[in-house]
Amino acid sequence: MSTRYSSSLKFLFLSILVVNFSLSVSKSFAFQSDELLADDEEFGIEGGRSADPAVLTRTISSPPAIRKRSSDLGSDTDSKIQFSLEHAFGDSDFSSAGTFSARLKTWSHGGQTLTKLRFSRNGLSETEKENLKKLLEGDDFYRIRVPSNVFTPPGREYIVSSVKARCLPRDGLDEHFMIHMEGVNILAINYGSPGSCPYPRQLKIPAKWSFKSHTVLKNGEQAPRTPVFTEEVVGENGEGEVPPPERPFWAKYWMYLIPLGLIVMNAITQAMNMAEEQGNGQPGTQTQQAVAGAQRGQPTAVRRR
Amino acid sequence: MNIVFRVFLLLLTIFSSSYPTLCIYEDQVGHMDWHQQYIGKVKHAVFHTQKAARKRVVVSTEENVVASLDLRRGEIFWRHVLGPNDVIDAIDIALGKYVITLSSGGTILRAWNLPDGQMIWESTLSGSTPSKLLLSIPTNLKIGKDDVIFVYSSGCLNAVASIDGEVIWKNELTSEGGDVQQLIYPEGTDIIYAIGLVGLAQFDAYQINVKTGELLKHSSMVFPPGFSGDLLFITSNIAVGLDSTGSILVAVHFQDGAISFHQTRVSELGWDFSGPAVMLPTKLTGMFALEINKSIVFIKVTNEGKLEVLDTLGHSTAVSESLYLSEGQQAFGLVQQGDGKIILTMKLGNDWTNNLLQETIQMDYQRGIAQKVFINTYVRTDRSYGFRALIVMEDHSLFLLQQGEIVWSREDGLASITDVMVSELPVEKDGVSVAKVEHNLFEWLKGHLLKLKGTLMIATPDDVAAIQKMRLQSSEKSKMTRDHNGFRKLLIVLTRAGKLLALHTGDGRIVWSLLLDSLRKSETCQNPRGLSLHQWQDPHHHVLDENPSVLVVGRCDYSTDSPGVLSIVDTYTGQERNHMGPTHSITRVIPLPFTDSVEQRLHLLLDVNRQARLYPRSNEALDIFQRELGNIYWYSADVDEGILKGHAVQNNCILEIADSYCFNTRDLWSIVLPSESEKIIATATRNSIEAVHTQAKVTSDQEVMYKYISKNLLFLATVAPKAVGPIGSVTPEESWLVVYVIDTVTGRILHRMTHHGSQGPVRAVFSENWVVYHYFNLKAHRYEMSVIEIYDQSRLENKDILKLLLGKHNLSSPITAYSRPEVITKSQSYFFTHSLKTLAVTSTAKGITSKQLLLGTIGDQVLALDKRFLDPRRTINPTQAEKEEGIIPLTDSLPIIPQSYVTHALKVEGLRGITTVPAKLESTTLVFAYGVDLFFIRLAPSRTYDSLTEDFSYALLLITIVVLVIAIFVTWVWSEKKELQEKWR
Repeated sequence: MSTRYSSSLKFLFLSILVVNFSLSVSKSFAFQSDELLADDEEFGIEGGRSADPAVLTRTISSPPAIRKRSSDLGSDTDSKIQFSLEHAFGDSDFSSAGTFSARLKTWSHGGQTLTKLRFSRNGLSETEKENLKKLLEGDDFYRIRVPSNVFTPPGREYIVSSVKARCLPRDGLDEHFMIHMEGVNILAINYGSPGSCPYPRQLKIPAKWSFKSHTVLKNGEQAPRTPVFTEEVVGENGEGEVPPPERPFWAKYWMYLIPLGLIVMNAITQAMNMAEEQGNGQPGTQTQQAVAGAQRGQPTAVRRR
Repeated sequence: MNIVFRVFLLLLTIFSSSYPTLCIYEDQVGHMDWHQQYIGKVKHAVFHTQKAARKRVVVSTEENVVASLDLRRGEIFWRHVLGPNDVIDAIDIALGKYVITLSSGGTILRAWNLPDGQMIWESTLSGSTPSKLLLSIPTNLKIGKDDVIFVYSSGCLNAVASIDGEVIWKNELTSEGGDVQQLIYPEGTDIIYAIGLVGLAQFDAYQINVKTGELLKHSSMVFPPGFSGDLLFITSNIAVGLDSTGSILVAVHFQDGAISFHQTRVSELGWDFSGPAVMLPTKLTGMFALEINKSIVFIKVTNEGKLEVLDTLGHSTAVSESLYLSEGQQAFGLVQQGDGKIILTMKLGNDWTNNLLQETIQMDYQRGIAQKVFINTYVRTDRSYGFRALIVMEDHSLFLLQQGEIVWSREDGLASITDVMVSELPVEKDGVSVAKVEHNLFEWLKGHLLKLKGTLMIATPDDVAAIQKMRLQSSEKSKMTRDHNGFRKLLIVLTRAGKLLALHTGDGRIVWSLLLDSLRKSETCQNPRGLSLHQWQDPHHHVLDENPSVLVVGRCDYSTDSPGVLSIVDTYTGQERNHMGPTHSITRVIPLPFTDSVEQRLHLLLDVNRQARLYPRSNEALDIFQRELGNIYWYSADVDEGILKGHAVQNNCILEIADSYCFNTRDLWSIVLPSESEKIIATATRNSIEAVHTQAKVTSDQEVMYKYISKNLLFLATVAPKAVGPIGSVTPEESWLVVYVIDTVTGRILHRMTHHGSQGPVRAVFSENWVVYHYFNLKAHRYEMSVIEIYDQSRLENKDILKLLLGKHNLSSPITAYSRPEVITKSQSYFFTHSLKTLAVTSTAKGITSKQLLLGTIGDQVLALDKRFLDPRRTINPTQAEKEEGIIPLTDSLPIIPQSYVTHALKVEGLRGITTVPAKLESTTLVFAYGVDLFFIRLAPSRTYDSLTEDFSYALLLITIVVLVIAIFVTWVWSEKKELQEKWR
């Protein structure tokens, strides 16, 4: 048993490495924890899905038939567990709507998680169809609930979720469950249509009165750890980034710069005038310069004020 | 013409260049900020006037402040704010130079130096049983060489040396579960008497040797009917109590171990009394006071234990303690309430009929009734006794009365602000401007000339002082009308006393105050308290004919099911427009995003029976509400059970009296947190009126990221139930912190993340699409701050220009929570040095200016931290493009830049909250921090890029222009002349 376990662990570890690498190419500093991610990764691979660590299993089941899973990676301590889904139309009472079945996996460190979640939905009865139709017409809520503890239903209280009934119809009735778990406790169930539900909601009567269910099991993520640096990195601590509390150039010297700018402009105008006059007549150059000099003196006086 | 145009170009350049004000300069302190110091409602006061150059009064308050006040002007000499758990139980003065405080349930005894407030010593008194707390400082008692203080706390009598706080002896008196009520030390003897009760029926008297603490004699006697409460000690050998039925007065005579009881029926006193009597906790010699039938009866006790009624006064009378005058005489003071005035009466202890003094003082009705009075005596110039009285009013303000006048007053209700709202000021029009502030052109020019001198650094020290004074008293900022930049506003604050005050943001002065009648103690409302303030009416279209108003929500008692009270107050006039109550219970107030035709905001009030009531109660509001009924959702969190629930409105209530404004609610979703592993410790939601400028964020590689912006997001933090205690009470292995981002319409968990080895306290702030939270990391032994940013993936395909052109984008479609969100979150954690008291974020008018986090540090200061430091996309070596985008290289801890303390050198003692309000000027935000102190400042997180600073010298600019124009003309004339001369040559 222990060797089998260790080999599976090895496989696990490899897969973690691969996925981890793909996750953290961009951030080489990241210290991904290997404890909690482990189970996520495992089922990511088991299901043959993408490396999205959140998705554990994804069962697409139409009401009569349940798709069977073939691969088996569980340990000996697995046990089957079932809990029921109940639904209500508007403010009516809850009635049974289907059953979730899953395997309970007990980890060597004592934790328990659910894996391989499957869902089988009961077909809608005639009265339920009527009720649903009424909901669609009234744009009212279709509500579902599951127990908060899968061991001892209903646990402390039922987990309730609801959706505007008009969000469900496509061809048939499409629904999407995302079940947030913490061990054997269900925290919350996000229920709704798998896609968008544009507002204002249009009344659409489905062609088929059967549900197409998508279920996703989600365990919590681990927060990224705070990066810890060695001295030299700390050395270049954001100090360079912080602009010094100095007034900028303009703020400090504008009163000197304005007269200076004016002098320059004045000089340029003078120079242009001079050029023109030079074109007009050669004599008088001497005096013209004198005038320019005098004019240059004038703004300098302004500056000294 | 050409030159003129250029001059204008130049001017344009000047105007567009901005003044950076990341931090303020030394001379700008007090220019755009103000700071006010308070102490809170006074509990005890001890005067220190004998042989002291500076006469002072030492007070302890309900805000756990011990302070020394100047008796002449009411200023604070020194003050210490003890922690929120360090409640001061008693104060006194020892040795004439130390202030002794007993705090923390009688476990900590401290001595403070009277002149400067330095702590001299601190000693911890141990004990097991909680008991009454007594502090007694005999004047002339020495054990060995030490002067001694007697402290009774935790069931033990301690003798403490007043010079160094050392416990000389300790005697556990109440081993059999009794409680000592009084310590009596007859001067000049060696015995201290401790008088107490065991189980309210057995009267005990202990005699203890003061030198050794040895119990000399213990005598007791059972009073079979039992006492109803504490005893009052009338003289050194007579105590008075009420029996358990409240109808018999019992005088207990005790002397040298002999105890005897004298019973007198209350009805025998010759008055026509009915109903239960209550003893008032007075400390008078030879008499006591009973409250019967809402009036106060003063009863004299003779030496033989006979009772004799002296007088009956109205029930709003405050009585002081007895004050020893020199010839063995005693005096006490009474404060009675008149119409708009209070009457202070001083009487001699043994002579009821004659008054030593009677003074009538005009008192603002908004102060309420006098609650406490402390008296002090002084010798007048004619060698007779004069009295001064320190009065605590119902609104927690403090007054010193002397010679029939108010010497000074302190508005100490402001130390206990419970909620803050901001109101606009009236627009400027004829007859509205309250303050006369315009001044003539000459003064204006003079001021600017002074400024010019300052800029050119040719100002004399006198001029500099004048400039500084001018800046601080700039009348512009304290005007009573709206300004162009939106800097002038009214801060409407609600205090614990149930008083509403309006503070001007310019200088912090009180514009009006209103003691709400609905929040005053009455028959129907025993323990009223204000809960929150809400914007009731904020006119924009009707700004000239409607005044804005606020809704004050209160509750009659501490429990959530007690009746609620509502009142609506005009923020311009400070008058109550309307009030309601006591009415249904109020658990929550939800401001709806709808207003009626006079711009009154619709509010939904929830009660404990989970019924929602709509306000204002008008048909129009009901119509609007019915229209939007399907789009109103809210959530509730049960912290004890760990359950979150989502609710919506269902239908009208079925009540005995039909009420079309009452609605039943229904549950839509629930989240049940496992009670064995998670406990809610913090939540944060977005401010519902926050402006977000852009929904998209363009990254350095020309990619667009769409922010997931929803007003219905909730941040929730839970910890392991074991880790609820203080830091260090759990090991890192058994402690974790789980954070959630939840959509409150559908109950979807958008993000859930666990921080292992971390624990609270958690402070969080939610803004735009990000949340920042602060917690303690047990593994790293440091505080950490984390950021979570949420981005919307479903709108990524909008980048296709072709689709945009063809209109096949979903940018303009309404966003609904019922679509399955495709969000990604980015997160990052950083170490942070300080522990925090509160956390806030700046808010600006349009949300363009970058944000700063405002951290209320443990040192009662406010630190501004750029949100850029808490960017989850920071990397160790950002590329050039990323650097241009403003991404700072990754560091493991957040920097604390000393210049970014917005409170600069000041402290906001007892900091409890920070409120930020956008100004009309986009770059600027107004920050109000409150606690025991108040602090207000104008901040510009990205510098004032959209305006000139106030010290911009217009005069210099004007002079420059004038001089230049003259110069142009002179040179022009000059050159014309020259030219003419040239031509004539």
